[in-house]
Amino acid sequence: MDAETRVASAPHVTLDGVTKRYGGVTALDSVDFACRLGSIHAVLGENGAGKSTLIKIMSGVVQPDEGEIRLDGKPMTFAHPAAANAKGIVCIFQELSLMSDLSVADNISISDPPRRFGLIDRKAQRRRAEQLLARIGCEDVNPLSRVRDLPLSRRQMVEIAKALAKEPTVLILDEATSALTAADVDTVFGILRRLRDDGISILTISHRMHEIEAVADRCSVFRNGRHIETFDQGARTEGEIVQMMIGREISAHFPPKPPPPEVATPMLQLSGYSWENRLKSIDLSVGAGEIVGLGGLDGQGQKELLLGLFGVLKDVSGTVTVQGKTVKIKSPQDAKKAGVDLALIPEDRKTEGLMLPMSIADNLTIASLSRLSAGPFVNPAAMTAAVEDGIKRMQIKVGSEFDPVSTLSGGNQQKVVIAKWLMTDPKIVLLNDPTRGIDVGTKQEIYRLLRDLAETGAAIILYSTDYEELIGCCDRVAVMYDGQIVRELAGAEITERNIIASALNMDEAAA
Amino acid sequence: MSDLRIRLSQNAPLLTAVVVFALFYVFYNMNHPRGFSTAVLIQNSNEVFTLAMVAMAQTLPVLLGGLDLSVGAIMTLVNTIASHLLNGGPLQIIFGFIVCLAAGAACGFVNGCVVVYGRIQPIIATLATGAIFMGIALFLRPTPGGDVDGDLSWTATNDLYEIAATYGFAQDGDAAWFQPIAWIPVPLLLLILVAVCIWLPFARSVTGRTVYAVGSGEGAAFMSGLAIDRAKIAAFTLGGLFAGIGGLYLALQTSSGNADIPQAGAYTLNSIAAVVIGGTSLLGGVGSAIGSIFGALILRTISFNFRIFEIDPLMQPLFEGVVLLAAVSLGALRVLRVKNSLELFR
Repeated sequence: MDAETRVASAPHVTLDGVTKRYGGVTALDSVDFACRLGSIHAVLGENGAGKSTLIKIMSGVVQPDEGEIRLDGKPMTFAHPAAANAKGIVCIFQELSLMSDLSVADNISISDPPRRFGLIDRKAQRRRAEQLLARIGCEDVNPLSRVRDLPLSRRQMVEIAKALAKEPTVLILDEATSALTAADVDTVFGILRRLRDDGISILTISHRMHEIEAVADRCSVFRNGRHIETFDQGARTEGEIVQMMIGREISAHFPPKPPPPEVATPMLQLSGYSWENRLKSIDLSVGAGEIVGLGGLDGQGQKELLLGLFGVLKDVSGTVTVQGKTVKIKSPQDAKKAGVDLALIPEDRKTEGLMLPMSIADNLTIASLSRLSAGPFVNPAAMTAAVEDGIKRMQIKVGSEFDPVSTLSGGNQQKVVIAKWLMTDPKIVLLNDPTRGIDVGTKQEIYRLLRDLAETGAAIILYSTDYEELIGCCDRVAVMYDGQIVRELAGAEITERNIIASALNMDEAAA
Repeated sequence: MSDLRIRLSQNAPLLTAVVVFALFYVFYNMNHPRGFSTAVLIQNSNEVFTLAMVAMAQTLPVLLGGLDLSVGAIMTLVNTIASHLLNGGPLQIIFGFIVCLAAGAACGFVNGCVVVYGRIQPIIATLATGAIFMGIALFLRPTPGGDVDGDLSWTATNDLYEIAATYGFAQDGDAAWFQPIAWIPVPLLLLILVAVCIWLPFARSVTGRTVYAVGSGEGAAFMSGLAIDRAKIAAFTLGGLFAGIGGLYLALQTSSGNADIPQAGAYTLNSIAAVVIGGTSLLGGVGSAIGSIFGALILRTISFNFRIFEIDPLMQPLFEGVVLLAAVSLGALRVLRVKNSLELFR
């Protein structure tokens, strides 16, 4: 199918006047939306724009309050995900839908396993898993392995295999590439293009503009629960798209970097820092007021480095010096202590960053309770003041600070995590992919905040899977490969080309 | 990793339970004056069967990530029903069997419905239903007693030879072809039949798979479009059936029914211990009823050993507690190998 006929092809899934309210909040406001047969359609928007609700309605997770969904022109109602699956609408959710105690093969065939005499045919199930894994370039995954034992990026690929096993006619991806390595992203895009050419309609949500440019045919922008515009990919510039998403002018993506200091006083120094076979004799120095990025392909030890510093990993060797003093950090409790003053913004805010059922106020103050206490009791006045301060400082959009933190949008939840750690007045801030799955507006606020923090003399280590972020935010970038720092880039050297070349451990000449 | 290594590492808790049982049991037989004899095996099988069934019953709610405090009560209730019905002509007895098994399954079904439609956590739902089942049992059998068909009771608690001799087939058990299997204790055969004909097919069915999936991650199971409610009700119903088989057998073994509250409680707690010793995770999603059988075997073998060494029986709870703690600690050994503290919380 060439581009002409594809554009001219009929709508596959249509939403007519769909409205969805959660309590007083209108998540979707009479949305008309169509996804054409055999196209890759990107949905863009800030957090809270209604993208997640849109796909939840299409995939049967929630039901619209008003309006209707039509598939090939026929009105449909999906009471639950299985009903949508039965019609060929399959969604790969941002929150992994794998059962970690079951094997890869079990997971892939979970909805409709091959059966013999009514019982699950494990051999056939395994063959099916092997075929699907091979199709997405994951031959290295043994179908018998428990999902629990796989790294995050492989789990995401298993998730994709699981969706393909359902033989979708409409495939929906919600931030499905955010945990993937660059090589896996390419593989997945290859599969998406092939599926599109087979006449499957693909709807994708992503915050990575370059990925959308690489793969999408059509784009739709959502803002505040409304469908703003749908256009062919390339018909709008990046600036115009961002403008539509946030509805306000953005002067610059990243705050300006200060000139490098003459003599940087090292705040944090590592030498010979090693752990298992994942970190190999790392030497790194981070000065006060400096933002150092960790680059490289996913899974080269960047996360382990941050976790190790924060006292999460056991049996770490090498020396860690904070402000000239050698310290032993054996637990996050140690890391928080005066004289070390570390803070880690963890990778997964839902499990490591927040106590979801607890209130926003509780979450904000949980890391700094000792500061807010008189003796064994928390001082309510100090707590209220600290909570107000945190909400104001991070501009967190809350109804009441006593609402469960789970009621906030992803971006605001992440702000709570950051605010929580800022309350401990950290001298060293470690961030593990802090903008994953977060809208552009919040991202920019976080960049601004990092620079402000650095200006007050904090040392910052930022791991990001997004090269743009490293380039825009960091004074220096340490590129990691196989547990080592293979190159440190500073100033004008920090370019995508340099980061990628180092990440692949290529010679500069070869790059 | 090779397939074999993956399989071994995933089944390590079960294999450990099998090995521990084998050691305990061989030790017991070596020290028994009539060790390694059919008579001893028959007696042991009788003593193990009911607990093994109740432990299998407990496995299902545990796989879902909950606990069932009513398995002992269901077992007791069916025991009292059996003490009323397992007598008279063959048809009457068959009817009695069907009623007993149906009653066990019905109790489990009620549990499942309360958990699913009442949206109540299993531990508290079954605390309540267990008390109700116990109340019905007390109503049916206020004092111990009852009438169970003598031939049936005799044959169910002996070896296959006695079945043939009592009901007159295979030349009253003397046929040459019958000899290789004549020594097999009936309860052992029943246990294997239940495991192979009920548990294994269930574990390999879509519903069984769904039970594991729910225990591993209910949200993920829901998002995968699985029939979660049906699987939960099925799990509790099957658990009730297993507990019912246990109660039925106890009636045959003791030729009577007894609505004994402490006994019901002891069976419930021992079933949890057996499930844990058998390698099923209390968090759900991992394990099997086969492991629980071995957990029950280990618990019972401990008491066998106490008997032959004439240790003060008052010491038995202490020793069982130590074994349980050891089993749990063994499961926790992985903590020592975990180099990333975060993994402990996943």
